[in-house]
Amino acid sequence: MDHLLSIIIFLPIVGVLVLLFINKENHSAIRVVAFVFSLVEFILSLPLFFLFNNATHEMQFQEVVPWIESYGITYHLGIDGISLLLVLLTTFLTVLCILSSWSAITVRVKEYMISFLFLETGMVGALVALDLVLFYVFWEVMLIPMYLLIGVWGDPKRRIYAAIKFFIYTMAGSVLMLVAILALYFFNLKATGIHTFNVLELYETVIPVGTQYWLFAAFAVAFAIKVPMFPFHTWLPDAHTEAPTAGSVILAGVLLKMGTYGFIRFAMPLFPNAAMAFLPLICILAIIGIIYGAMVSMMQADLKRLVAFSSVSHLGYVMLGMFALNMQGVEGSVYQMLNHGISTGSLFLLVGMVYERRHTRMISDFGGLSKVMPVFAAIFMIVTLSSIGLPGTNGFVGEFLILLGAFRSKIVYGVVAATGVILGAAYMLWMFQRVMFGELKNPENMKLKDLNMREIATMVPMVLLIFVMGVYPKLFFTKMDVSVDHFLKGFKAKYEMKGEAPTPRLTSILTVESVRERVSPSSGTN
Amino acid sequence: MGITVPQINFSIIAPELIISGFALMVLLLGVFFPRTGKNDYLGYVSLVGIVVAFLYTFPIMGKSQYAFNNMIAADGFGVFFKVIFLIIAFLTVLISIGYSRRVDIDFGEYYALIMFATLGMMLMAAGTSLITIFLGLETMSIAIYVLAGLMRGDRKSIESALKYFLLGAFATGFLLYGMALIYGSTGTIILEEIAAYIKSKPELLRSPMIIIGIALLTIGFGFKVATVPFHMWTPDVYEGAPTSITAFMATGVKAAGFAGFIRVFFSALGAFQPDWIAIMWFLAVATMTVGNVVAIAQTNIKRMLAYSSIAHAGYILVAFVAGNKLGTASILFYLLVYAFMNIGAFTVVILLGKREEENVLISDYAGIGFKYPLLGASMTVFMLSMAGIPPLGGFMGKFYIFSAAVRAEYYWLAVIGVLNSAISVYYYLRVTVLMYFREPEREITGLTFSPASVIAVIISVWGVLYMGIFPSDILALAQRSITVLL
Repeated sequence: MDHLLSIIIFLPIVGVLVLLFINKENHSAIRVVAFVFSLVEFILSLPLFFLFNNATHEMQFQEVVPWIESYGITYHLGIDGISLLLVLLTTFLTVLCILSSWSAITVRVKEYMISFLFLETGMVGALVALDLVLFYVFWEVMLIPMYLLIGVWGDPKRRIYAAIKFFIYTMAGSVLMLVAILALYFFNLKATGIHTFNVLELYETVIPVGTQYWLFAAFAVAFAIKVPMFPFHTWLPDAHTEAPTAGSVILAGVLLKMGTYGFIRFAMPLFPNAAMAFLPLICILAIIGIIYGAMVSMMQADLKRLVAFSSVSHLGYVMLGMFALNMQGVEGSVYQMLNHGISTGSLFLLVGMVYERRHTRMISDFGGLSKVMPVFAAIFMIVTLSSIGLPGTNGFVGEFLILLGAFRSKIVYGVVAATGVILGAAYMLWMFQRVMFGELKNPENMKLKDLNMREIATMVPMVLLIFVMGVYPKLFFTKMDVSVDHFLKGFKAKYEMKGEAPTPRLTSILTVESVRERVSPSSGTN
Repeated sequence: MGITVPQINFSIIAPELIISGFALMVLLLGVFFPRTGKNDYLGYVSLVGIVVAFLYTFPIMGKSQYAFNNMIAADGFGVFFKVIFLIIAFLTVLISIGYSRRVDIDFGEYYALIMFATLGMMLMAAGTSLITIFLGLETMSIAIYVLAGLMRGDRKSIESALKYFLLGAFATGFLLYGMALIYGSTGTIILEEIAAYIKSKPELLRSPMIIIGIALLTIGFGFKVATVPFHMWTPDVYEGAPTSITAFMATGVKAAGFAGFIRVFFSALGAFQPDWIAIMWFLAVATMTVGNVVAIAQTNIKRMLAYSSIAHAGYILVAFVAGNKLGTASILFYLLVYAFMNIGAFTVVILLGKREEENVLISDYAGIGFKYPLLGASMTVFMLSMAGIPPLGGFMGKFYIFSAAVRAEYYWLAVIGVLNSAISVYYYLRVTVLMYFREPEREITGLTFSPASVIAVIISVWGVLYMGIFPSDILALAQRSITVLL
């Protein structure tokens, strides 16, 4: 159990190695092996949930191994209540994604599954890494397989454009973060004499407000691109629309959360004064994202594009809640991350299922589908309602808490953001009506088959979770209560130091010169 | 005044002597036992020579010894570079074994010249006087001029050699003139004595003669390592030369150029750091940006790699500007990992060609990823490593370089550097886009993979992965190696 997190990170790589030895023509064996590995992975991640100690804010299941000692870079893993839930979301969605690719992916199945398992390693690694360099490594590792998933198995028309756009956008943001990570490291080294990239130790470093602005800006751009926040969102509709179904699911379900997770784990607690200074800007951008995303969704003719733009809107809520900086807002925000993974993930799965049958995603090609596909329509309805945030579903809990938090932080934010809920209901229900109801005119739609057992099996866990999370959210909140509380307290405490107080650590007694003597790289310009 | 007999210590130049000996042997073997179309054995003899020379670097590791009136040193810095050059030479000979036969240049001179060039490189890194460094540089350059033009029937190869020779001779003139001016100001050619003399006479810091000398040295070395604006020759020469020699030039000559550059500027001219750093800052920015932006527009993979090698020189200059120990150590690290990834990439270029059909257009790579999965995967590793994606060696190299720049508080330089690295992703990814996302326009069939080249690819992949995942030992070694300079 000591190495549970490492096992979870690297089990998919073992799966990749096994896949390498399977004949590439043997598609069913490849699918089964990938599925089994993802399922075992999910089962292995369950003990994290059950053995998790709700009472402490300390990182749990920690593992520390030195990696690059001259820099103090360590292989340092650990989870708190926030990353715990996101790890579970990741392992859970991966199982369903592999299941949903069963008949959708028919060419280069082996390479596809290998990419997917690699992606899982990157995602889990980024969520549990507590060392900034390790985090950065996993963060970049996620890019390659996702890029391949979009570029190789995406929609032939524009997949290459979408794949490259996705890669360059994310890369441009993250390299700036790398410079900020290094600047933070050397700042801390100068102040305390300790070589460390350990984020838990860096939380303690007091950074002058002026420096914080630059560092926060670099981190925030990297994460804002990933979230994506308006106006950095333009890669998202392309990537989502062109990716294969499972790629869209994982992109929406997990990769976007990396951005919001980055804010809550790194950008905000490391640079609270800067975060407060940028708060109005971020909240306004989040609200613009909510309204703009909803309005653009309403106008989409393509189902998948509609769902993609709805992500911009939903992630706007997540950001707004996080920057409300109160218990309700932040908990709602974390909860909404999970919700978005489940409901938007489900929507992409459902769109994928109908696309597999009809090879079109245009809303105007459909109509009256509920008559030929009743099971599909029923599940679609549940997911739609969850996405809108109907009470009794998971979406309600998250949105409600976020709005509550926003009202408490600044009433204008709450009022404007709440209009987004109405718009959300409008575009989702209007879409549902156009696709499911009305006359079944198009002859090609008349022969559509309803969901088969595998597809139902893919959707049932999602539907169950929608209700469980809607009716009994306590199950999840107890996991994160203490962590979120600690996040807020730490944020406040560090904020109040205003970056002026002397560094409170013993090592600061050492003069900077003596530190430079000790430290191998000499300073600066001479 | 008596004549001082220089202390002679052959053991510290044992690797150089062994390489020279084997080079002469291969030359003679090629003359007396020529076997048309079956000269691979010369390659194997060369490999043996390189390995033996490599083994003889162990006795001189970890100590600093000087010999021949302080003209040559066996110090950590020199030995680290010698190891880099021997690795480069080893890989170059390995990829030449199949390739040189394909393009009909597999005679003794070919391998002998590679080893003579390596000898020159080693002398450059070991030299502690201006003359030794200059001699090393000339030995290397002349061998490379010949190698570039070795494909006598090929117009591009001849153009390449002639261009390189004319411009190279011109640049050497600058270098020599710079050395002369510095000698004229200080009265000595020994690097450490130059530094000591400048220290004893602070008024020299304003001397126009020595400052012009530094500028001329910058041009001379800048030409060899291909920095903008002294890079014009690079694409044409790299494109025209035999591919194995291009790989050798892009890694070996560049590393040797930097070895001399660092040695002269840090050991002898450290006092002028504030002056030359300002120049280097602009050179670094221009080199990175021009290299990366122009690489985007290339259609020939050898030209693309040529511009990419310019960009990599720019990254290295960033560490040069940083000027601290970390920066210098990161240059050594970077040059080693660059050797692996660049030779690896050129080896894939070689493997994808066949007689009379070299397939050097980037569009020739369409569909390769699924047709030759391992070749495609290796190329992907090299491209991503050059683009600086973790967990590959190229990322760690850039990580160290940019951390040195941040450490020295050149934040804007670091930011320009990482943004350049993001630009570079575009053209490196284009190769993978073609390999995996596009169907081939024409079939490439009948490739025969020479086993030696395959081994070179395997070694390169291993090097890139090893230096990416376990970088700390090699960095620690590099940090120990540069203590003699700073």
